[in-house]
Amino acid sequence: MTHDPGYNFAYLDEGTKRMVRRAVLKAVSVPGHQVPFGAREMPLPYGWGTGGIQVTASILGPQDTLKVIDQGADDTTNAVSIRRFFSRVAGVRTTTRTRDATVIQTRHRIPEMPLREGQVLVYQVPMPEPLFRLEPRLSETRRMHALADYGLMHVKLYEDIARHGHVSTAYNYPVMVANRYLMSPSPIPAFDNPKMDNMPALQLFGAGREKKIYAVPPYTRVRSLDFEDHPFRPHRADAACAFCGARDSYLDEVVCDDRGGRMFICSDTDHCETRQEAAR
Amino acid sequence: MMRPGFADPVFQAQASFRAVLEAMSRPGRVQLLDLPLTPPAGLDPAMAAVLLTLADADTSLHLPAGAEDAAEWTRFHCGSPSAAVSEADFVLALDAVPVLSTLRQGTDEAPEQAATLICQVALLEEDRGWRLTGPGISGSHHLRVAGLPADFLQQWAAQRQAFPCGVDVILCAGHRIAALPRSVRIEEA
Repeated sequence: MTHDPGYNFAYLDEGTKRMVRRAVLKAVSVPGHQVPFGAREMPLPYGWGTGGIQVTASILGPQDTLKVIDQGADDTTNAVSIRRFFSRVAGVRTTTRTRDATVIQTRHRIPEMPLREGQVLVYQVPMPEPLFRLEPRLSETRRMHALADYGLMHVKLYEDIARHGHVSTAYNYPVMVANRYLMSPSPIPAFDNPKMDNMPALQLFGAGREKKIYAVPPYTRVRSLDFEDHPFRPHRADAACAFCGARDSYLDEVVCDDRGGRMFICSDTDHCETRQEAAR
Repeated sequence: MMRPGFADPVFQAQASFRAVLEAMSRPGRVQLLDLPLTPPAGLDPAMAAVLLTLADADTSLHLPAGAEDAAEWTRFHCGSPSAAVSEADFVLALDAVPVLSTLRQGTDEAPEQAATLICQVALLEEDRGWRLTGPGISGSHHLRVAGLPADFLQQWAAQRQAFPCGVDVILCAGHRIAALPRSVRIEEA
């Protein structure tokens, strides 16, 4: 396949790619630290994955195979549009198979299948600052990161426990990276947090509107914040997938009618299809 | 006569970047950067490729004195403004390696502003020599480097104390590269 000759390979001009690449390298060398970068306008609105797309465009090469997921699914609007965008402007192979992909751009999920070395996971991040609900001033949060002063977040978790008996955060659950930086894992479900720990694949995070890039290198300690007497517990709906019967995957609840009917299905469509094929 | 840069700036820069990214995210693993590049005397092909991939008019560059051919080639192809060792985004080391603490260290609030040292060394092998641990490494990696100052490990240990500030190092030898991000711990094996 070839790319649309009206655009530079992978849409971005080479100067922009170099700028993003330098930011990515600095992000990798300081795991969890948010590196500012000059996010460009992309041919889709902020909030639709402009940060992830710029990171993907800067690392992508003709030998790569790209997979794009939106909430785990390969067949939703955002995933289909971004996949088509890259097959047009970069002419790369695309796939829905997690195992065949070398670059996986994701919105709000980590695939169920464990990732391996040689794969890169690119997250679309709406809000990179984990402390922004607690401290709105970026000048202050920057200082808190500099001092590794994350007491505010511990107090928030403590207040959750005092009020509800458990931490009331089901997604975007804050993590400590390499015992130094507090990091937002992007709005993935807390269920996915343990997959980030010691992952053999490289994880890159791009926030286009907020103009930040950060990273978790392979085999890096990623710990979800918790307390000794209230350990972190990932939540999962207590059901089996209606299609493949999986009891260990993350489930979406689907309302089927207006009489209270509902079913649970795997959020990761590739995982679900692979299991259904194997069962047939 | 001026020697050419990348024959295919888009794809060769991409291939070089992925090698550098792989090197930086797996410290101690040696990457092969086998591009058909004919840099001027004194500049290894890997080093030339790293420069063409990362340096441009937006980044300042410190070139060592002497090595006039290499300096001229780099100035022409990268167009980077030159800067003092203590100011530059990228510091090139061909023979003499500057002391790490003389380079820009970044600040606790903006550690990304630290310099990157691109260093040409005599030998680079995944072999006994150094034992590397830290982010990017499962267990430990081994790396043997020849051509760095005798007290490099002391300098590195000192800079580790100031994390997240500190210099990142890209090592080049012939067609091979490896990287030492500031997060890595190094000891004699």
